[in-house]
Amino acid sequence: MPDFLLEIGLEEVPARMIDAAETSLGFRIAKLLVDGRLDPGNAKMEEYSTPRRLAVLVRGVAASQPDSEEQVVGPSLKVSFKDGQPTQAAQAFAKKVGLPVEKLEKVATPKGEYLAVKVVNRGRAAGEVLADAVPKEIAALYWPKSMYWRSKNERFVRPLRWLVALLDDSAIPMELFGMPAQAGTRGHRILGGSATIPRASAYEETLREVKVIVSRGEREQRIRKALDAATRTVAGARWREDPELLDTVVNLTEWPAAILGNFDREFLDLPEEVLVTVMRDHQKYFAVQDASGKLAPHFLAVLNTEGDPAGIIRHGNERVLRARFNDACFFWQTDQKHPLRNRVPDLKKVTFQKDLGSYFDKSMRVQKLASLISQSLDDAGVKVRSGIVHKAALLAKTDLTTELVKEFTELQGIVGGLYARAQRLDPNMKDDQREAIATAIYDQYKPQSMEDSVPRTVEGAVLSVADKADSIAGMFALGLQPTGSKDPFALRRQANGIVKTIAEHKLPLSLRHLCSDALTGYTGSEAEKAFTAAGLDEALAGFFRERLEHYLRDVLGLEYDTVNAVLAAGFDDVVDAVARAQAVGKVRDLQDFLSIAAAFKRINNIFKQAQEKGFKTAADFDDSIATEEEKLLHAKAELLAPRFDAARESRDYADALIQLSTLRESVDNFFDKVMVMVDDDRVRANRLALLENLLRSFSTIADFSEIVTEGKGS
Amino acid sequence: MTRSDQKTSPTYQDLILGLEKFWADRGCVVQQPHDLEVGAGTSAPETFLRVLGPQPYNVAYVQPSRRPADGRYGDNPNRLYKHTQLQVILKPPPATVQELYLESLTAIGIDLSQHDIKFEEDNWESPTLGAWGIGWQVMLDGLEITQFTYFQQCGGVDLDPICAELTYGLERIAAFLQDVDSVYDIVWARDPETGLAVTYGDVRYADELQFSVYNFERANVDYLWKHFDLFEAECQELLSAYRAIEKDDKTPAEAVACEKRRFPLLAAYDLCLKCSHLFNLLDSRGAISVTERVGVIARVRNLAVGISKAYLDQQGTAAPEVAARKQRQGAQGAAD
Repeated sequence: MPDFLLEIGLEEVPARMIDAAETSLGFRIAKLLVDGRLDPGNAKMEEYSTPRRLAVLVRGVAASQPDSEEQVVGPSLKVSFKDGQPTQAAQAFAKKVGLPVEKLEKVATPKGEYLAVKVVNRGRAAGEVLADAVPKEIAALYWPKSMYWRSKNERFVRPLRWLVALLDDSAIPMELFGMPAQAGTRGHRILGGSATIPRASAYEETLREVKVIVSRGEREQRIRKALDAATRTVAGARWREDPELLDTVVNLTEWPAAILGNFDREFLDLPEEVLVTVMRDHQKYFAVQDASGKLAPHFLAVLNTEGDPAGIIRHGNERVLRARFNDACFFWQTDQKHPLRNRVPDLKKVTFQKDLGSYFDKSMRVQKLASLISQSLDDAGVKVRSGIVHKAALLAKTDLTTELVKEFTELQGIVGGLYARAQRLDPNMKDDQREAIATAIYDQYKPQSMEDSVPRTVEGAVLSVADKADSIAGMFALGLQPTGSKDPFALRRQANGIVKTIAEHKLPLSLRHLCSDALTGYTGSEAEKAFTAAGLDEALAGFFRERLEHYLRDVLGLEYDTVNAVLAAGFDDVVDAVARAQAVGKVRDLQDFLSIAAAFKRINNIFKQAQEKGFKTAADFDDSIATEEEKLLHAKAELLAPRFDAARESRDYADALIQLSTLRESVDNFFDKVMVMVDDDRVRANRLALLENLLRSFSTIADFSEIVTEGKGS
Repeated sequence: MTRSDQKTSPTYQDLILGLEKFWADRGCVVQQPHDLEVGAGTSAPETFLRVLGPQPYNVAYVQPSRRPADGRYGDNPNRLYKHTQLQVILKPPPATVQELYLESLTAIGIDLSQHDIKFEEDNWESPTLGAWGIGWQVMLDGLEITQFTYFQQCGGVDLDPICAELTYGLERIAAFLQDVDSVYDIVWARDPETGLAVTYGDVRYADELQFSVYNFERANVDYLWKHFDLFEAECQELLSAYRAIEKDDKTPAEAVACEKRRFPLLAAYDLCLKCSHLFNLLDSRGAISVTERVGVIARVRNLAVGISKAYLDQQGTAAPEVAARKQRQGAQGAAD
């Protein structure tokens, strides 16, 4: 069984795209081998990638497709023979398949007997199949951003510069973007030259000779070891784990090494956030900490070369970092000359969104909205220092005018927080107040993702929610809501952030009020003139319902039917919905509960029928015309209702649901013995009244009919 | 070599001469900088206009690039109001364009075997020019020394063929080669007789200081607006005049073609560049409000896009001439 090697030689592919491309190519080739009947079942695939290549090595593909037998069915016996003699139809069929009539077989089909023949299709050679199919698979790879260089119809991530396709030691005659495949590859840009791959299975070692480690995993191990070794030169030091950065440098190198560089201790006076951002985001350096966990004046750079014996590369990197840190120091000092409190008017010159006005306008709106939120939280008994929120909202965006944020945009919010802490915001302000304001500003963009933490303080949470709600409401009003995979303003992420913040801070807030308050903030503004979207309230409600659904399912890990059931009973109060969902999640697999859920589904169906047929429901349940089972169920439900409500009102939803489960026996009994849809109008209406009462009383936590019970209950 | 020694490393002008020589030897026209204020080498007509249309063109030129808002009164060791780019356009790019670029680094004295070089994703986009491209920032020992872009679109037009644009940051490379921490300490020239050095600071400090004062403090906002309006109006008039020729179906085709060929679209483009620079000045004076900003950018873009469309049309008019010339060159090539 031959081995198949494919290597696509490219100009440097963006690091962020390599992992997905490697996986996707492997998947496509594997599928191609199966579909093309070239995988004998035990072929072994290895995927490789570096910045300049994507490759796949498959050991043990079939040399050719297996021959296959196919039954070709001809005319029916009836028309094939007349008086025992073959007709023209039979002869034509025999001619077509190249056999005399007497060699044809007869097969029985549901429609009667037919003439037929078994035809053997010779399998094509592997090279032939691959030459046809592989270029199409490569061209179909998805890239987040692609380009053309030969003709507009050929798009790929970067120009293709060579192509290797081998079956053992012979090149497969294929072509991609006008480039014929051969056995010649290229090594490391500086350290290696070109090389010829003698046979497919020698891929790894051939590339190693020209200083390329094609396995990402191996490069990662090598980088880890190099980072460890470089860090060991400083007593007690450790490098800070950073999976994302590690992945980036793995995808930026073919022959990695690492060096430790130093910077002046005095830069440690700058906040750690600034130093780490410069090192990590701008220079792709790993930060180093001392034994106590504090940032140490060193950094680690991952190189794409053998090493740095003369220290030239270290010297160059130190020089760059020094200039960067000097810039940061300079910006920090310049920014202090014009403190945040004086920068509020400057925000008039910073655009938030072209139709929604400046960040000054936004700050004013957010300040108001945050006050409304604080007020309603206060009414609900949550203690919020509204003065802190007010001041923080006013200053929150001022850092956008600072040099430091203009240079390091990813530090917005954080810089505002750091400056608020370092500056005198107000002569009469106490230290703890300033600290609280600084923290709220610092955390305003949190959570940046579902993994990120929410703002640390309730004041920070209010500011964060107000800021995001203002953006979402404004964008929706302009008709800029996300559609499909398009969400240019990251509104989904922001709404996710609101949901998570409300849930984790347990803020008693109504999403509907939040949205309408946020919209009201635009009343009378210039922005309002550009508002076009109709049906805003429903659109926003639907949008937040989706986000809450996402939170319950993907963050809290609740089952989809639990989530549907709970949201069907209301989703305006996030905290409440979370509590209900967790309670349902807890009891949903109990036998009694499943049985109740099944019964509620049945009741819903009954009402659907009743509606279709125009059957009336009685206003009240009348004991006098009821059977024993009905009476019993009614009595039990009446007895249970206040206890259920009490538990629900104290938000002990799990208890409420367990209470509800005690109804199972009476419900089951009812359905066993009683037929609802009887002909007698009065009796039927009375029975419907009983069931409606059940629905009304007990569907307030969740719409149980949404719970999937099939295959779970008895 | 252990570390670069400023005495033996190339001067700033050595660097420029070295790169120009390198690209001249590889068939580039070495052009002079465009003699108007531009924000980047890309804005110079040798790039912006030449990348349009089918005609192959290879060119290299130094382009002082003015960004008024980046001025720091000569106080910041790394930031300049006017920095200098060396711009190379290869249209179409050869398949070995990256290797050629690396050779150019060797040519200016960088021993690649002793350094760490990486091509990191960095795409370029200028909504004002309706232009974008895909490419890398080239990192040398952690320093971004070049912007490498495959142009895909310019003036809202898909390019055919595409071109490669290499933009060397000259101050950065010089500071790296000479191992100095401040651009002002770069040795610009050294007298071969006396060994006396003239620094970047000697040549340019006053420029940085005075233009920072002008850009941030003294530029007369009212006048700037007037200039802007005037340059824009004249540019628009020219564009309308060109369109009038396009629409003229009474004049014989040959006369129209002749009229188009001599039409001063290059002058129209200069007027557009003036507007672009005035916008930057107004911006650094803080004279453009949020609501105005988008509108002013759109005004400049309208000019740029209008000119590129007209320019393509003009090139098309000249096409027969180009074809004839190519044929002559082809015949010559065959004869050789």
